[in-house]
Amino acid sequence: MTTSQGSGDFVVSHLSKTFVRHGGSGARNVRAVDDVSFRVPKGTSLGLVGESGCGKSTVARAILRLIEPDSGSIVFDGVDVRAAKGTALRVLRRRMQIVFQDPYSSLNPRRTIRQTLEEPLRVHLRQSSKEIREKAEAAMVEVGLPREALERYPHEFSGGQRQRIGIARALVLDPELVVADEAVSALDVSVQAQILRLLEGLRERRGLSFLFVSHDLGVVRHFCDRICVMYLGRIVEEGPTADVLDRPLHPYTRLLRDSYPVPDPRARRPLIQIAGEVPSAANPPPGCGFHPRCARAEGPCSVERPQLAASGDDRSRACYFPETSDIAWGSLRIGAMT
Amino acid sequence: MTSFPRPALDLRNLRTEFRIGGRWYPAVRNVSVSLMPNETLAVVGESGSGKSVTALSILRLLPHAGARIQGGEVLFEGQDLVTLSERDMSTIRGNSIAMIFQEPMTSLNPTMTVGDQIAEAILIHRGGSRMEAKAKALRLLDEVKIPSPKSRLDEYPHQFSGGMRQRVMIAMALACHPRVLLADEPTTALDVTIQAQVLSQLEELKQAYGMSMLFITHNLGVVAQIADRVAVMYAGEIVELATVDALFAKPMHPYTAALLRAMPRADRANESLEPIPGSVPALSAVPTGCAYAPRCPFKDRSCTELHPELVSSGDPGHLVRCPVRPVGGVH
Ligand SMILES: Nc1ncnc2c1ncn2[C@@H]1O[C@H](COP(=O)(O)OP(=O)(O)OP(=O)(O)O)[C@@H](O)[C@H]1O
Ligand SMILES: Nc1ncnc2c1ncn2[C@@H]1O[C@H](COP(=O)(O)OP(=O)(O)O)[C@@H](O)[C@H]1O
Ligand code: SF4
Ligand code: SF4
Ligand SMILES: [Mg+2]
Ligand SMILES: [Mg+2]
Repeated sequence: MTTSQGSGDFVVSHLSKTFVRHGGSGARNVRAVDDVSFRVPKGTSLGLVGESGCGKSTVARAILRLIEPDSGSIVFDGVDVRAAKGTALRVLRRRMQIVFQDPYSSLNPRRTIRQTLEEPLRVHLRQSSKEIREKAEAAMVEVGLPREALERYPHEFSGGQRQRIGIARALVLDPELVVADEAVSALDVSVQAQILRLLEGLRERRGLSFLFVSHDLGVVRHFCDRICVMYLGRIVEEGPTADVLDRPLHPYTRLLRDSYPVPDPRARRPLIQIAGEVPSAANPPPGCGFHPRCARAEGPCSVERPQLAASGDDRSRACYFPETSDIAWGSLRIGAMT
Repeated sequence: MTSFPRPALDLRNLRTEFRIGGRWYPAVRNVSVSLMPNETLAVVGESGSGKSVTALSILRLLPHAGARIQGGEVLFEGQDLVTLSERDMSTIRGNSIAMIFQEPMTSLNPTMTVGDQIAEAILIHRGGSRMEAKAKALRLLDEVKIPSPKSRLDEYPHQFSGGMRQRVMIAMALACHPRVLLADEPTTALDVTIQAQVLSQLEELKQAYGMSMLFITHNLGVVAQIADRVAVMYAGEIVELATVDALFAKPMHPYTAALLRAMPRADRANESLEPIPGSVPALSAVPTGCAYAPRCPFKDRSCTELHPELVSSGDPGHLVRCPVRPVGGVH
């Protein structure tokens, strides 16, 4: 394993996290993240996609140590994130920031925006009050909000403005890696485009790296250089975003892609009818987790789990019988819609 | 077309207002649109543009205090729903016109099994015996493709996934064979895979039952995939009305064109995304003149003075509320 000392890269290897869920039928283990590895080179953005419950947010939280992973290594710019303590951990916390989906629930309603933005500066940086004030003001301007807004409270802002405040809060500490967990998902396309532009500008100006969690393939195609597709806690396909979406190798990637409603009535197509639902993470199927829903499944699929392996072209997939030829958008037909 | 069939639902100058700080403000401003038999009419627009209030007004499900239908008609099978007695209205609800919502959990009773809830809906609207209603509930669950429906009948809503709950809502909505289905963002909370399943199911059932559907969404991808015609709403008004093909090929209103340009697409490279500056005005702050003027790059002086009407764009069946629009559509 390479640690890429000082390269600015972010490297996650063999990350796993199991939750114990207590229910009526006793305690059950939920393997939320299972042997996940990926790399985010400095200044790039990696998209993490997959259906609800596949483990995206758990990955996001584990790499920031908001929850403690069970195993695996997390290395940022040559520094072992999991082993960091004391000052080293504080420094890492400053360099890696998260933006959540719902900024409202993550902003304290009784604090002004200024208090919210200045607090992390006081915790992390030993600077004068004047410097801290200036930093907070600069962050507001950078996300396109007026300085006066600093004296106001979260409820006085629209959803899009609150999302900007959430981004401003992540930016005040000059982070190098931003983990965005569905950061634009709740917004109208008009405002979503504003926020995406803002993030793009930051990536260019500051060389920021992004781990970008989203269920919206359109947003991911627009924003992310590479994409990881997750299913039942595991990465099933990884590669350059456009290649993966235009020529998916894993049957699950294809299902996900072909479920996306193309905004063009000329590209109207039979919508997928029944392809089943994601099995419970508390009780995953043996072998390939996707085999109960997979049209290509055969002998080994239900017995032994396929490993994520390179397929050339800078891509990898975990599948015994990957899709072979180019598959046009919307060519999947499982039952037709008339 | 040689003969014009009667619309399944006909909104004429519908106006709904809310009271804010002692004054009444319109959230739906003189909306006129017809839903034709077997048609899927999509209503799109940013959040706060009046889509849900329009649907709630049709069924008179607005809050009792602080809300009123101030004018207009909702014509359904020769009657005006606006002036119908509450008693007659409650027979229409769920019987001839049904509605499904974004979050099915809020409309399902968590303490009652799914089977009992569907049976209850059938009994209230159709009568008959409990046995018959239960049997029908089973058929409906099967029809919306809930796996092993027999054992599922005795489960509670929280034991269902989001997609299955929405299918239960569809099953309940269909229990009485409504003529019209009002669907308010029914797939917004679902994964795309489940969304695709629910959409194709709605389409299939629509055909089988000969239903018309008013489909509210803010997702233009969904519109492109399922709509026959589209009404674009902004600040409580329809600003463009066209067939789905015409709307995407030749958007006429600057707002429609801007929505299309703001949407990132998964199926091709996105050259540039163009945000729409500003936001939907609050009810109490809708500008006079064209409501979209503060955000519109094409506005000229007349836009802030004259309130534009929804008129023919020149193409048959294509209406637009913008006199300034560049000829041949905005691209
Ligand atoms: N604190 C927890 N305790 C128990 N189980 C959990 C906990 N957090 C997450 N899980 C489970 O772990 C799995 C992955 O959850 P996670 O929140 O990472 O999904 P996600 O991909 O972010 O989904 P979504 O798209 O809905 O946000 C799910 O089965 C979830 O129920
Ligand atoms: N009960 C209510 N009281 C006051 N204002 C309301 C109420 N319900 C909706 N509104 C307002 O009416 C407008 C249209 O809302 P709505 O129809 O819900 O929009 P959407 O297009 O997102 O469905 C918004 O400005 C909203 O804030
Ligand atoms: S390994 Fe087998 S079941 Fe799994 S995705 Fe590939 S073909 Fe399908
Ligand atoms: S009327 Fe004027 S402001 Fe309104 S959409 Fe047309 S050009 Fe823009
Ligand atoms: Mg999540
Ligand atoms: Mg709504």
